[in-house]
Amino acid sequence: MRGFVLWRTRAGTHCGVLEIISMMKIEAIIQPSRFVSVKEALHEIGIEGMTVTEVRGHGRQKGHTEIYRGREYTVDLLPKMKVEMVLPDALVEKALAAIMKTAKTGMIGDGKIFLSKIDEAIRIRNDERGENAL
Amino acid sequence: MTIPKFLHLSQINCTRAPARGRATCRTCLLLGLMLWGAPGAFAQAAPTDFSKASTNEKLTQLDQRVTAAQSSADNAWMLVSAALVLMMTGPGLALFYGGLVRRKNTLAIMLQSFALMALITVMWALVGYSLCFGGNGPVIGGFEHAFLRGVGADPNPDYSGTIPQSTFMVYQLMFAIITPALITGATAERMKFSGSVLFMVLWFVFVYAPLAHMVWGKGGFLNASMGGRFPTLDFAGGTVVHISSGVSALVCALYLRKRTGYPQQPMPPHSLVLSFIGACLLWVGWFGFNAGSALASNGLASSAFVATHFAAASAALAWSAAEWLKNGRASALGAISGAVAGLVAITPAAGFVGPMPALVIGVCAGAFCYWMVTKVKAIFKYDDALDAFGVHGAGGTIGALLTGVFAQQAINPIFGAGKAVGGLDGHWTQVGNQLVGVLIAWGIALVGTIVLLKIVDIITGLRVSAEEEEAGLDVTQHGEEAYNLEA
Repeated sequence: MRGFVLWRTRAGTHCGVLEIISMMKIEAIIQPSRFVSVKEALHEIGIEGMTVTEVRGHGRQKGHTEIYRGREYTVDLLPKMKVEMVLPDALVEKALAAIMKTAKTGMIGDGKIFLSKIDEAIRIRNDERGENAL
Repeated sequence: MTIPKFLHLSQINCTRAPARGRATCRTCLLLGLMLWGAPGAFAQAAPTDFSKASTNEKLTQLDQRVTAAQSSADNAWMLVSAALVLMMTGPGLALFYGGLVRRKNTLAIMLQSFALMALITVMWALVGYSLCFGGNGPVIGGFEHAFLRGVGADPNPDYSGTIPQSTFMVYQLMFAIITPALITGATAERMKFSGSVLFMVLWFVFVYAPLAHMVWGKGGFLNASMGGRFPTLDFAGGTVVHISSGVSALVCALYLRKRTGYPQQPMPPHSLVLSFIGACLLWVGWFGFNAGSALASNGLASSAFVATHFAAASAALAWSAAEWLKNGRASALGAISGAVAGLVAITPAAGFVGPMPALVIGVCAGAFCYWMVTKVKAIFKYDDALDAFGVHGAGGTIGALLTGVFAQQAINPIFGAGKAVGGLDGHWTQVGNQLVGVLIAWGIALVGTIVLLKIVDIITGLRVSAEEEEAGLDVTQHGEEAYNLEA
């Protein structure tokens, strides 16, 4: 999508035609136990592509203690699932709602969702670009 | 008189049916005797030929066959036992230790156990067996059986009159394999492979062989069953195997110093699943270790089997209970460690105590080793990485002493009929004898290990460099990885 834009810097006001960003990346870091429900909910609203990584980390949630033959270890990096997907703007709110609904247990450690703008997407197989590549 | 073919057949039937027991064998023998000399003419010949043979001849024949039947029963059990004891090292101990290290050192620790299966076997054939069980010196054997000279199908009446000496030889070999393998738990994650190989070979010759001869060898001055000066009761290797390896493990841990980052950096076991399987294999293999030490398939073997099992169970409960009280939870690692501690402690006692004392020994070992591993190690700050000393050294020592307390002549009249064996039997001097045996085992292990470590340190070096330790022994010592995620 192209659009006419104005932008202002110290040097003055500029104008021009720019590619308007119309894709968003959703990175949702969720409880591993909620992953299957989240995935199914996303499939239901028609989201087909996603990349999933097993990750470790922590936010405010404190870890737990493990004891091996009397030696205590604090495990503060807890296992989570990171679900990444790049979506056209139109689908973003629906996807967020689906994730929020299914990933929430109400307990500390439910995870976070990060959104970011995506400049470009390219399908390696056939050089398609932009939304078509999603 | 030649023995008809037919009789051989009846004898073969006996030997192939051990499960049916002696009654069947006797029937076979009688049948054989009745039909003796009448291979073709079954009906009329039996009474005639029976009368022809003199009673003495018949008795001699019968005697030979009874001996042969007993030998095959004993031999079957001892061959199985030998295989069970080998199973304790690989895969048992290899898995148990393999799971306890960090993943970058998995293959290195497993290979050390496996390497010993090969190394000690070759050493055993060359001189090992002879140094342990040849000759009759008070401290070490001789070269009588070097290169396994004279070791064949005939029994060695000094040790085991009913089984081929090859069986006895290969059974004892399995003990010599697992003993140095136990030490690798203390040196884990930081010892050079070259240094480890050299150390183990020397340790086997200069520490294991003399101790095994003193306690089990003919003429050995700690040998209880052959009138040693200080008769130390050690049914299956409490002093020879567990104290020697456990104490040497402590020396190695102190000499090698701590792993880099210990104790600040967390070093949790990388796979308790492996350790769990390993510990279960150890438990099963231990029946060969202890019940096999009866060297026959007899009542004593059953008694040792039962004692072994009961001590393992009560020790697992004791360690778990201690953990539950201390941490509010029982753990898998705790339960399997407890079981191993109980198996270690019952090893010297297995053929001398009944099931109830076995339960008591197990409880003592479980609680004592738990305390050694969790408290004492933390106080003295030595890095016995996988607790070879805490379990084998400590468990072996308490087991050896408790054997002196609980040994019963009713189970094993080792000092002759009617003579008290252990303290509760009325022979408290035995606890003193046990203490002598324990101190000598500690002494040999301490001195021998320090000297050998010095020598090996000069020749090959003992410890890997800090960079190699960081990268892990699998890659730096062996050029491979246990878990190839890209494969």
